[in-house]
Amino acid sequence: MKLNEIIQKQGTSPDKLINILMEYQKTKNTKELTREDLKIVAQELGVTEALVYQVATFYTLLSTKNRGVHIIQVCEDIPCYVNGSVNVVAELENKLKIKMGETTYDNMFTLEHTSCLGCCNMAPAMRVDGKLIGNLTPEKISEIIDEYRGEKK
Amino acid sequence: MSGKELKILTNRFDKIDPASIDDYINTGGYKALKKALEMPREEIIKQVKASNLRGRGGAAFPTGIKLESVYKEREAQKYLVCNADEGEPGNFKDRFLIENDPHQVIEGMIICAFAVGSSKGYIYVRGEYDKPISLLKTAIEQAKAKNFLGGGILGTSFNFELEVRTGAGAYVCGEEFALIESIEGKSGKPRFKPPFPTMVGVFNKPTLLNNVETYSNIPYIINEGGEKFAAIGTPSSSGTRLISLSGNVNNKGLFEVPFGVSIREIIDLLGKGIPNGRKIKMVQLAGASGPIIPENMLDLRIDYKEMADNNLSLGSGAIIVIDDRFDVLDIVYRIAKFFEHESCGKCTPCRNGNKQLVKIIKKFVTKTATEKDLSRLDILINVMTQASLCGLGQAAPTAIATTMKYFNEDYLGGICENEKAVAIGG
Ligand SMILES: Cc1cc2nc3c(=O)[nH]c(=O)nc-3n(C[C@H](O)[C@H](O)[C@H](O)COP(=O)(O)O)c2cc1C
Ligand code: SF4
Ligand code: FES
Repeated sequence: MKLNEIIQKQGTSPDKLINILMEYQKTKNTKELTREDLKIVAQELGVTEALVYQVATFYTLLSTKNRGVHIIQVCEDIPCYVNGSVNVVAELENKLKIKMGETTYDNMFTLEHTSCLGCCNMAPAMRVDGKLIGNLTPEKISEIIDEYRGEKK
Repeated sequence: MSGKELKILTNRFDKIDPASIDDYINTGGYKALKKALEMPREEIIKQVKASNLRGRGGAAFPTGIKLESVYKEREAQKYLVCNADEGEPGNFKDRFLIENDPHQVIEGMIICAFAVGSSKGYIYVRGEYDKPISLLKTAIEQAKAKNFLGGGILGTSFNFELEVRTGAGAYVCGEEFALIESIEGKSGKPRFKPPFPTMVGVFNKPTLLNNVETYSNIPYIINEGGEKFAAIGTPSSSGTRLISLSGNVNNKGLFEVPFGVSIREIIDLLGKGIPNGRKIKMVQLAGASGPIIPENMLDLRIDYKEMADNNLSLGSGAIIVIDDRFDVLDIVYRIAKFFEHESCGKCTPCRNGNKQLVKIIKKFVTKTATEKDLSRLDILINVMTQASLCGLGQAAPTAIATTMKYFNEDYLGGICENEKAVAIGG
């Protein structure tokens, strides 16, 4: 969906700003909000560009940086940490050949840290795009990544 | 089911299809709403007050009094907000409540809206909760189709619209004013209090803001009466409590217990003990902002008074068990990093205080701290708890303050050897 269509659907009242940015970002392959995007939103909602920029940089689910097609967020808070989230990170870094915070060369995956995902009953947990996945083991992680990679072909 | 459990809020879990409003209705759902619509609004508030229900979002404020405050406001437009931001590490009860019984919280909200005279409500759900968000949206459409929501609800003159708003990843947005700012489309930065949201909330109108679990208790209270609810639990704490049990336990999960059950009973009987026969090193209550206690305090009971008497709080009901493979200072360091990251930066004690806490705790972790760092921590903790603008900064040092009290030897072990000699010698 185009940005203008999303704005039309959500409405132009300024309180819709966050939901518009969230929805639009999801549709983009680079999962980022560019200066141009923010400018358009500001104009349409009749608010300053500075306010839109402030919101886009305040929330961690919004990004003004280029990211991969799939966003992998790993939880490292205490309930996950004591259940081995360190191994999860190590396995993902090893498998994707990138470090935390980086994007793969083929632009398929970005690896991010996240605060608790509310899945501590299945710790260690992560979120891939919109899906919460728990009880992670190195084998399971390997399978999940292979699956997403297979999708591409 | 263990004898320690009591299922009131979780009664429908696994028995109904959460996506079916008929399942909800066939199991007694929306009966409370019909009853409430025939009651005087003052009587609904009276029942909630009699129930002794206190907010389950963390602050434990009496819900009936909050309802009454909003009811008494004389503005034509009032708002209702449900806090489903659930960002406190270790908590997942609100996700369970929505994923298993979305109409229960909606029914609770409609009843409260009728009681306080609100025509518009928001459910603010954290952006990471994709499934709860879509279930709630479906449930709202279903409730509209049956005229439990919308105009002239069930033939009365009462109108109420409900809308789902999503967060976008910010722990601080669980704080009531940060959440209100976020609903208004801004960055989630807390406001000064007073005035409280009950007077000046969303779009500067009186607002009733409650947690998912708090609203979910309302249908039971209306159906069964406040007194019956008040009789469950202990004299100081009525009803049941949803416990999010996580960390190093065999049976992690959500459990509903009446107040009065001890932490040890929850860990042993419901959590089925610690994996691989290990020992408990520490238990964190409430979440990252909560106290850390040693094994010998686990006989404390889930009870507002007993907790407060011991300067503890259970927050929104998380119990995080940590076994003896883990080091107290390492855990505390990670918690300090969490708050450094989540501070919104609006006020100095929290923005700078959390940075300093991280720095000082790091010295203890690397065994390069000095005696002076202990008193530095004391001063910092004092400033942050007294002078921070919102609960985030006020509660951020709780894990440090409680471990300094209960695990003092670990801190002494973090002081560098030369320093110790100097300290003793001079
Ligand atoms: C940093 C911070 C985070 C909070 N997060 C939540 C949350 O995720 N959910 C919640 O219900 N309350 C949260 N609270 C408490 C709310 O500010 C508020 O007290 C509560 O939602 C009121 O509802 P209740 O009376 O039903 O508990 C948080 C408070 C602070 C200071
Ligand atoms: S205490 Fe922290 S989170 Fe709260 S307003 Fe101050 S800086 Fe922001
Ligand atoms: S701590 Fe990882 S999901 Fe809660």
